[in-house]
Amino acid sequence: MKKSKFLIFIVVLAVIFLIGPFIIIIISSFNETSVMKFPPKGFSLQWYQKVFSVDMFRTTFLISLKVGALATLTALVIGIPVAYLNVRYNYKGKNVVELLFSSPAIIPGLVIGFALLRFFIYVAQVPITLGLYLGHTAILFPYTVRVVSASLRNFDLSVEEAAVSLGSSPLGAFFRVVFPNIQAGVVAAFILAFITSFNNVPISLFLTGPGVSTLPIQMLVYMEYYYDPTISALSSIIIVLTVIIIQTAEKMLGISKYM
Amino acid sequence: MAYIELKNIDAGYVKGSPILKDFHLEVERGELISLLGPSGCGKTTTLRTIAGFISPEKGQVIIDGKDVTKLPPNKRNIGLVFQTYALFPHLSVYENVAYGLKRRKVAKDVIAEKIKNVLELVSLTGFEERLPANLSGGQRQRVALARSLVIEPDLLLLDEPLSNLDAKLRDEMRAELSRLQHQLGITMIYVTHDQIEALSLSSKIIVMNEGNIEQMGTPEEIYEKPATQFVAKFVGFDNVLDASFVKCDNNGNVIVDVNGKEIVVSRVQNIDIKSLNKGDELKLLFRPDDTIISNEKVENGILATLNYANYQGNASSYALSYNGIEIRAISQNIDVVNRKDIYFAIPSDKIMIER
Repeated sequence: MKKSKFLIFIVVLAVIFLIGPFIIIIISSFNETSVMKFPPKGFSLQWYQKVFSVDMFRTTFLISLKVGALATLTALVIGIPVAYLNVRYNYKGKNVVELLFSSPAIIPGLVIGFALLRFFIYVAQVPITLGLYLGHTAILFPYTVRVVSASLRNFDLSVEEAAVSLGSSPLGAFFRVVFPNIQAGVVAAFILAFITSFNNVPISLFLTGPGVSTLPIQMLVYMEYYYDPTISALSSIIIVLTVIIIQTAEKMLGISKYM
Repeated sequence: MAYIELKNIDAGYVKGSPILKDFHLEVERGELISLLGPSGCGKTTTLRTIAGFISPEKGQVIIDGKDVTKLPPNKRNIGLVFQTYALFPHLSVYENVAYGLKRRKVAKDVIAEKIKNVLELVSLTGFEERLPANLSGGQRQRVALARSLVIEPDLLLLDEPLSNLDAKLRDEMRAELSRLQHQLGITMIYVTHDQIEALSLSSKIIVMNEGNIEQMGTPEEIYEKPATQFVAKFVGFDNVLDASFVKCDNNGNVIVDVNGKEIVVSRVQNIDIKSLNKGDELKLLFRPDDTIISNEKVENGILATLNYANYQGNASSYALSYNGIEIRAISQNIDVVNRKDIYFAIPSDKIMIER
């Protein structure tokens, strides 16, 4: 079939729309001037140096890393049994559970953030970091449940039954036979959920406070005071790291089939 | 007492609407019994109930005198072979076969010895380190068999184990299964929808339909003397003619009338002849390969219209129409060029009568 020129035009437009901002950010991070400019003036790596010299970026990066890793692990530890239950069994209220856990869009981060702030931090006096961790865990469920469910659905139930008929308890069969075969899906879920947590703003916006902040929030705060290309440099680093992680995972595990 | 007994079983996938209702089954030790029937007839449900993956709503499952109804599947010591083979994809052939033995905490050297023997038994020596993905369909099937045989199960259940293989391999595996069964004397229950498989393998066949047993018997009984119209159709009595009862002759033959033509039926099993009255409506069932085609008028011959003939070498397959009914036949090759009228006849001992 002859390709329509119009369709190609639309696709090119969409691609520019999608990656244009990234390109602008990356190019502007090499600016010589202390004001963000496009097209940039001259070439310098000073803003990259600055990223590493700002203490707040380093501490918030570590907090983002910790919260992301812990929340992702928790969402997996709870998400895997939920996924298993939903794929293998029918029960009353399954539709509701599936709806809750399957669509990230159905859980508005702003509302969760606000609710946690209102009831955990104000009323129950829960420490801010704990609130942050709980809020992130909540928004990560859809990612872990959905991705793990997809890999469970691809796994033949008979294989599990074969293990049971050979003498494994259901739990033993899960760890000896099911888990090793959905590992790729679990890793995919981990990466996807971690990146989601790492980039999250709405929840963190409510649940950060004095001394405790995540990297994206710190970037917002920084931008309110300074308008230099440090943020561009930091964003470029995040973009490149994300691309490397996703590409490696795709090459090694083919994670795109779970998303 | 039978080795395996299902008593008054109600079982299915949805509570309150069981597929098996008040189901009974008995299997003797050392038998290879086939559950034969179309999909949805309850044969797999029966198998899964015996294996313990379905808990019956009612009734008892008894194996070797012990009531195992409440026993979970991992405590039943039953071997299972699945249609999809269900090998563990991440484990080598050796580890697949060792799985059940390890769960039973068998000593390492004993495991090695047993695996060596069982792989010899299924001709897979030398494949120990392969992963299932690097095996052919037939080899996978053999691993699945070895894996369930090595635990020396009280009973081996096979769920359409050959249906994913091509025709030639299926023949080979069928012969192999038969050999294993004779060699090991293990009790097997074999689920299939393929009558040839059931006929060639089993010591006994159970034909199932809609959760009920239609007939239980030896392969010969099922094939030669189907008890119901359902079984008859299932074992190839594809042609049906309407007829009416005329009389019985002195030799116990039944004379029936098919559109004014009298036909003799010499082998009547499942109808009480004495209860028949003149004019009673009957159905005649017969197989395409028992139907004889001829250009000339023959004894018992019925005139029909030829729709087409399909040359198949040693015989031809014919489709005729008779009074709006299609009759199929596989018979000797005859010259059918430009022919419309043709005779078909059925030997009087090859006709089944149904009410």
